[in-house]
Amino acid sequence: MDLRIVNLVKAFDRFPALHGVSLDIRSGELVALLGPSGSGKTTLLRLIAGLEFPTSGEIWFGNENASALSVRARNIGFVFQSYALFRHMTVLDNIAFGLKVRPMASRPAKSAIRKRALDLLELVQLPGVAERFPSQLSGGQRQRVALARALAIEPRVLLLDEPFGALDAQVRRDLRRWLREIHDQTGHTTVFVTHDQEEALELADRVVVMSSGRIEQIGNPDEVYDEPASAFVYGFIGDSSSLPVAVEDDAVMLEGRRLGLHGNGCRAGQAVLCFRPQDVEFVTGSEAVAGRVKTVRRVLNVRRAELEVGRARHTVEIDLGQDVEARRGTALSFRPRRFKLFPMDQQGT
Amino acid sequence: MSKHRDVTQERRLVQCLLIAGVALFLAIFLVLPLVIVFVEAFRNGVRTYFEALTDPESLAAIRLTLLVAAIAVPANLLFGIAASWAIAKFDFHGKSVLNTLIDLPFSVSPVISGLIYVLLFGAQGVLGPWLEAHGVQIIFAVPGIVLATIFVTFPFVARELIPLMQQQGTREEEMALSLGASGFKTFLLVTLPNIKWGLLYGVLLCNARAMGEFGAVSVVSGHIRGVTNTMPLHVEILYNEYSFAAAFAVASLLAMLALITLVMKSLLEWRFGAELAARKRHP
Repeated sequence: MDLRIVNLVKAFDRFPALHGVSLDIRSGELVALLGPSGSGKTTLLRLIAGLEFPTSGEIWFGNENASALSVRARNIGFVFQSYALFRHMTVLDNIAFGLKVRPMASRPAKSAIRKRALDLLELVQLPGVAERFPSQLSGGQRQRVALARALAIEPRVLLLDEPFGALDAQVRRDLRRWLREIHDQTGHTTVFVTHDQEEALELADRVVVMSSGRIEQIGNPDEVYDEPASAFVYGFIGDSSSLPVAVEDDAVMLEGRRLGLHGNGCRAGQAVLCFRPQDVEFVTGSEAVAGRVKTVRRVLNVRRAELEVGRARHTVEIDLGQDVEARRGTALSFRPRRFKLFPMDQQGT
Repeated sequence: MSKHRDVTQERRLVQCLLIAGVALFLAIFLVLPLVIVFVEAFRNGVRTYFEALTDPESLAAIRLTLLVAAIAVPANLLFGIAASWAIAKFDFHGKSVLNTLIDLPFSVSPVISGLIYVLLFGAQGVLGPWLEAHGVQIIFAVPGIVLATIFVTFPFVARELIPLMQQQGTREEEMALSLGASGFKTFLLVTLPNIKWGLLYGVLLCNARAMGEFGAVSVVSGHIRGVTNTMPLHVEILYNEYSFAAAFAVASLLAMLALITLVMKSLLEWRFGAELAARKRHP
């Protein structure tokens, strides 16, 4: 089922949660809505589900305008971070719920419902827990049951709200891989919300990066990591540092000094220079970013230095090669090998 | 030994004194009166006891009390569910005002609760003449007793359910709707099973109060023997007439109701407590 979101606006009592969001999701795609809390990603998901209604804008399921349909009529599968399993029902009854509550005419026979529920338990790799109650399952198992319950109604779209948010790291990684497998098997159009960039990049076909109720960038994981469209995306996905610079005659200046970098067509004026800690080379000479080491830390496989740069003491982070001697107070000069410049007004500061 | 004492635990002597104090207090103020009720009831033998209970006026009082409870409790069951549903699951303006109003019967003296119905429906009341013209009698009749009882016992069910429903939130309901359940099926299959123990607990307390209510009912009843006399009122009348054995016999029935309520309440708390613990394990 294709999903088309056109100019969606949602205003709560005082503050607007979404400012005109448009998004096309292709049938069978696995899409992540990624952003910090308050970015509007969960609101967008609840609007698609029909748990909230938009102030303006449209939601299309294929050729059907679903904007005014109730959550009941939309036929979506929803999974909450908190599982929301029916606590007084067994696992099997939980999964069968969506089929059992159908009106008489479209309800499958009892035996067929039971078989479907058992098949789904098999699919989510939890055979043998059918008669248990939710309180007797671990968090990861509950989330699997919640997914099986959502799949039972043959949803047009599968919507997951921080599905692994309440689980510990190891279980998260396992379930991530498992969700990808389920998705490839069943082929449901799936949208999931997460604030975990690693989860979004690893799992999704496409990532929608959101901030303050707007979409910052839509792209596949490589695109959003390698070609961030804004300073926000640069900062939010992966490690990066930024410096306020000026672009003059296609040269990048920091506090009036040339850094030996080309403007790459960036409009003259104030701009933000973004780069990742691993994309730096150490240089000698004055056309470079020069700073003093504040601290050196070990981040898994690299040594990372925090540098104070310039009179305003901007803090940037760079990775040190094994051969670079650095301790507190060491002066270092470097130039980013890969970087991006964003004109100041573009990011709204 | 005292070294290994739990930090919040008092010395043995202090413990004993405190416990003895509470036990003595309970014995004098609760157990002793309860024993006396039964002792006095059986003072003239088992025969007189049952004679007092099977007296036509006593039977009428018992019947009326059961009738009033049979109307007031289901009514408050419905009102209570509706009120707590509205307060716990929806956001609307004036919610806190409604929440406060529900407690009103607890904060108003029962006598006042009865009096407002007299002022409203009585012969000299606001609606009195109109009601009289249409042949409806509320005050000094059963409807008045039912109304006063409903008023006084209104908060019990709602007070029990509101915190429970608020704690449970609306996630499961949202889930049921997204799975295609209708509003009614969502209530029946998801909401109701989640609150059933709390509901039963509220109903139990509501029932105990409905049967035992004296003040409000006394004002609107008119004490017409065999017609508008409930059990608590009947006890008072018998006592005032120096029929002590009969008065205590009827009182012993009310005392037994209290004991049964207490036992069931403890059973429910035991059961209910387990449910609460389960909820904590499974948010």
